[in-house]
Amino acid sequence: MIDCRSLAENVFREESGRIIAGLIRISGSFDRAEEAVQEAFAAALAAWPEHGVPSNPAAWITTTAHRKLIDAARRHRTHVEKQESLRYEIESGASGGSEDGEEVMYFPDNRLRLIFTCCHPALNREAQVALTLRTLGGLSTQEIAKAFLVPEATLAQRLVRAKRKIQEAHIPYEVPPPERLRERLASVQAVIYLIFNEGYTASSGAGLIREDLCAEAIRLGRVLCELLPNDAESLGLLALMLLQNSRRAARVREGSLVTLEEQDRSRWDQDAIQEGLARLDQALALRQAGPYQVQAAIAALHARAKAPEETDWNQIARLYETLLEWNPSPVIALNHAVAVAMSSGLEAGLRQIDALRASLDHYYLFHAARADVLRRLDRRAEAVKAYERAAALTANPVELEFLNKRLRELT
Amino acid sequence: MMLIYSKEWEGGLPPEKREQLKAAHRASIDAARRKGILLAAEPLAPTSTATTVRMQDGKPLITDGPFAETKEQLAGYYILDCENLDEAIEWATRIPTSCKGGEGCIEIRPMPGLPRDD
Repeated sequence: MIDCRSLAENVFREESGRIIAGLIRISGSFDRAEEAVQEAFAAALAAWPEHGVPSNPAAWITTTAHRKLIDAARRHRTHVEKQESLRYEIESGASGGSEDGEEVMYFPDNRLRLIFTCCHPALNREAQVALTLRTLGGLSTQEIAKAFLVPEATLAQRLVRAKRKIQEAHIPYEVPPPERLRERLASVQAVIYLIFNEGYTASSGAGLIREDLCAEAIRLGRVLCELLPNDAESLGLLALMLLQNSRRAARVREGSLVTLEEQDRSRWDQDAIQEGLARLDQALALRQAGPYQVQAAIAALHARAKAPEETDWNQIARLYETLLEWNPSPVIALNHAVAVAMSSGLEAGLRQIDALRASLDHYYLFHAARADVLRRLDRRAEAVKAYERAAALTANPVELEFLNKRLRELT
Repeated sequence: MMLIYSKEWEGGLPPEKREQLKAAHRASIDAARRKGILLAAEPLAPTSTATTVRMQDGKPLITDGPFAETKEQLAGYYILDCENLDEAIEWATRIPTSCKGGEGCIEIRPMPGLPRDD
């Protein structure tokens, strides 16, 4: 027997972004589009067990959602939204019956419009993330709230406010013109990478939901590449996420963080690595350099090394230099210093790390990195002090457990 | 509506910069007018001339100066009939906020009361 609910849920997860994007285009309203999709989903749950699953479930939900939107437009006709109903009539009149309606829905630009609207710089970052996950990702308000550890009511409020701003400030439902595309795309990429990192950095606690966030970010990254196949940075971002996520299973052991060096490389996901490398090659072939591609290239050098000793630290140090040219942040400088320590010598690296103390003294990774180099230099007493300082600066249990493990090894 | 916030100059702008600023505004106003979207544009006198009225216990409480002392002050406004926020942002980047160009900022606020024909 086919499990109708999980089938419907899968279709919903895969297709809702596409369907909602089309419905917003037609109705001009996020709320009405969402409602129609919810109703179509409920209708599927009611109809499929009884009448059987249609041969093309996605098309069934699309058509039903489309019809629900028409019903809603009729209901609202007498209300204030007369203009929107009119707009609906003009568009649906032009497209004719439901098959053509589907064509409108599947027009890929709709999802692209939706991404740019959700990630519009006039919305704050939190609202961008919530809207993107809600509309393009099809995640429920409850799921998003859980993943970001905020009360559901807070998140719901955030969504309501964002949608109201879109409506009242007339944030356009459009792909930006070419001269603005790059900067606006940067905002979209930042939102997707933030979703990924939210899932990736906390590998403990809320577990599953957070892994979902990584998967969702990768899925959104794929959508972006599908919509803009010639954008090198979008490909670079997807490659970066795939390569980082390939190490997921090896990153935590018994609740403790495992460093890249100590990870069991046989547990790295080779499919993800191969896809990541292929995406990176595709990106580099376009010859539009950018920070996501460079970060992906660094991740690729780690992924290609069969053993830690085979890591090309020279090349990694050079890539961090490139990254520093674009973004001279002390955190990137710290990563560069570590690469120098691993390639040109520990003493040289330590000098570079120490030079960053003024800006990073309150950053736990600064002390953890410093401690690691001191440990390798066998300057134990100093290493212990640095690990203790690092431990005092983090509250994450997985990170704490790692630092304490190091301390136990040294004393 | 585009509210222009600028740093005020002690004793007003030097004449030469004043002319530059005026010319730049004239250019934006002309461009908006040519596009047929200009509804209003007006400079405001400096905050040293401002009077704030606040009703307190049914009586007006009148104070000298702007409602709040901030680094940047409301210096003028444009009302443009833009299609959407992106168009408004595009115009905002062309409106000078002070003679140095880099100072001050523009706050865009929709005016829901205006009839729109979309």
